[in-house]
Amino acid sequence: MRRTVLPVLAVVLAILALWYVAAIPMNIREVLTEAERAGAEVWGGTAPERQDRSAWALVVRNPDLAPAGWSQERPRLPAPHQVVRELYASTIGEEVFGRRGFVQTGEFSNRSLIYHAGVTLGATLVGFLIGAAAGVLLAVGIVHNRAMDMSVMPWAVISQTIPIVALAPMIIVVLNSMGVQGLLPKAIISAYLSFFPVVVGMVKGLRAPDQMQLDLMHTWSASGGETLRKLRLPASVPYLFASLKIAIAASLVGTIVGELPVQRGGLGARMLAGSYYGQTAQIWAALFMAAILAALLVWLMGWLERRTLRAMGVPA
Amino acid sequence: MSPDGSTVMANAASLSQTAAPVIDARGVNLVFETADGPVQALKDVSLSVTKGEFVSFIGPSGCGKTTFLRCVAALETPTSGALTVNGMIPDQARRARAYGYVFQAAGLYPWRTIAGNIRLPLEIMGFPRAEQDARVDRVLKLVDLAGFGRKYPWQLSGGMQQRASIARALAFDADILLMDEPFGALDEIVRDRLNEELLSLWARTQKTTLFVTHSIPEAVYLSTKIVVMSPRPGRITDIIDSPLPRERPLDIRESPEFLAVAHRVREGLRAGHVEV
Ligand SMILES: Nc1ncnc2c1ncn2[C@@H]1O[C@H](COP(=O)(O)OP(=O)(O)O)[C@@H](O)[C@H]1O
Ligand SMILES: [Mg+2]
Repeated sequence: MRRTVLPVLAVVLAILALWYVAAIPMNIREVLTEAERAGAEVWGGTAPERQDRSAWALVVRNPDLAPAGWSQERPRLPAPHQVVRELYASTIGEEVFGRRGFVQTGEFSNRSLIYHAGVTLGATLVGFLIGAAAGVLLAVGIVHNRAMDMSVMPWAVISQTIPIVALAPMIIVVLNSMGVQGLLPKAIISAYLSFFPVVVGMVKGLRAPDQMQLDLMHTWSASGGETLRKLRLPASVPYLFASLKIAIAASLVGTIVGELPVQRGGLGARMLAGSYYGQTAQIWAALFMAAILAALLVWLMGWLERRTLRAMGVPA
Repeated sequence: MSPDGSTVMANAASLSQTAAPVIDARGVNLVFETADGPVQALKDVSLSVTKGEFVSFIGPSGCGKTTFLRCVAALETPTSGALTVNGMIPDQARRARAYGYVFQAAGLYPWRTIAGNIRLPLEIMGFPRAEQDARVDRVLKLVDLAGFGRKYPWQLSGGMQQRASIARALAFDADILLMDEPFGALDEIVRDRLNEELLSLWARTQKTTLFVTHSIPEAVYLSTKIVVMSPRPGRITDIIDSPLPRERPLDIRESPEFLAVAHRVREGLRAGHVEV
């Protein structure tokens, strides 16, 4: 345990240190503009003149003013503690102590990240289930049908080369014109991203049994369906879970991208709203919430994998 | 043919003691078309096996032993010639559950218990659940694995795994047992014991057995008939009807009769080599 904790801790500390250092030059121009407005003496000339100077030069020549970059109202890059404060305020702060929070009203506040994470989670799970089911079905088809074997994979690969950011608004607009709104369009984008790793993993998994095991099935005159159920599917379980872990993370990304153009809740909506209003801390808090959600979902898959394999008698 | 009268289990197929051969091959040829041109795996193979025989196939690798067994099992189709199993073409015989096949690797599913593995063909063949359990119990006893049904394959030694795979081949009462180097991957000591057990199993069940091996002592010890083969093209060079009695203690391997048969097998193998 300690062996893994120490290196992880070291990396986290290094990232935090780098982040604090980076926040100073990133925010220096706004810091100086505000200081100037408040009547302070600023090195580097007027604001337009300062545009031509390097950020590091401004930091070095204004050593007293620069640390204010860690505590601005609307920083270009918020410092870690500002993000943590925002994260706390928009989760526990809002729900436990807020007027519209869960403790007061019995419902999650629509200003809290917990609420938005829940919106995102719902669409992610629906999309993931659709994507995983489609992936498994396609893989079964590919393994059993020569025509599908030749034709499906190239299209699946092509589908993944189209940038989802370009495709998502189109999907949403088209579905919207057909009267489909809310969770489903996001889930479809999410499924679009998550079916692919499942297809790839499952095709490999379903083909994992060797010729001898297939021959054995043949000597018992087993049908294709029986071979699938009793040999190919159980043999593919380790491959399935490896691809489900990738797929659920991809599902989350798909949902968030799908939430960007719609602005009806969800972490994606929060990120975009934050950028409209210059609330960078809000963007970062939503980003961290998404990362936490992804970690939880991947961990959940790992847990399911361990449970399943143990139930299948694989030595622990 | 069999003088020892213990035919209790042999009545399942009830075709029994007639003279009609269980396996009848006449001029069987099989040519594989490969990228490097045609490979004649079997050339003019003729062989007749009667009920209850134990037939060993011996010869250097590549002489078509596996291919012949696979033809009997309908896993390959001869290019020409006539091959019948229980009087049927191999594909029909397979669907009539004529044989159980044992490969060199046990091939047990790691996600099924030993009992679950043995039950697998029974599930596929649609036996009722209660009968599945009864049959699993019976064959586990037959191969001396009673009490190991709930273990997983990785908890068993290689020899025990191979016994389980034999049990699996016996579970649905096929009256032919096809075994392709079943003990090839095991060490000498385990192999000796399994040979003895296989012999006693064969005596009790009266299964017609086709057994591929690389080992001369193994072939002579087990068989009522030894088929010597040689490669390029794969063909039969000698068929030896063993004069040894059916009752065979391990030390029969030092008897003059045993050594005489072994000598003839060795001669047959050498002859096959010189001809090429
Ligand atoms: N599926 C196949 N395709 C092409 N050649 C094959 C195939 N199976 C076997 N052979 C060839 O047929 C010959 C006999 O093989 P095999 O029956 O496996 O020999 P043995 O079991 O006696 O070692 C070999 O030359 C082998 O390379
Ligand atoms: Mg072989």
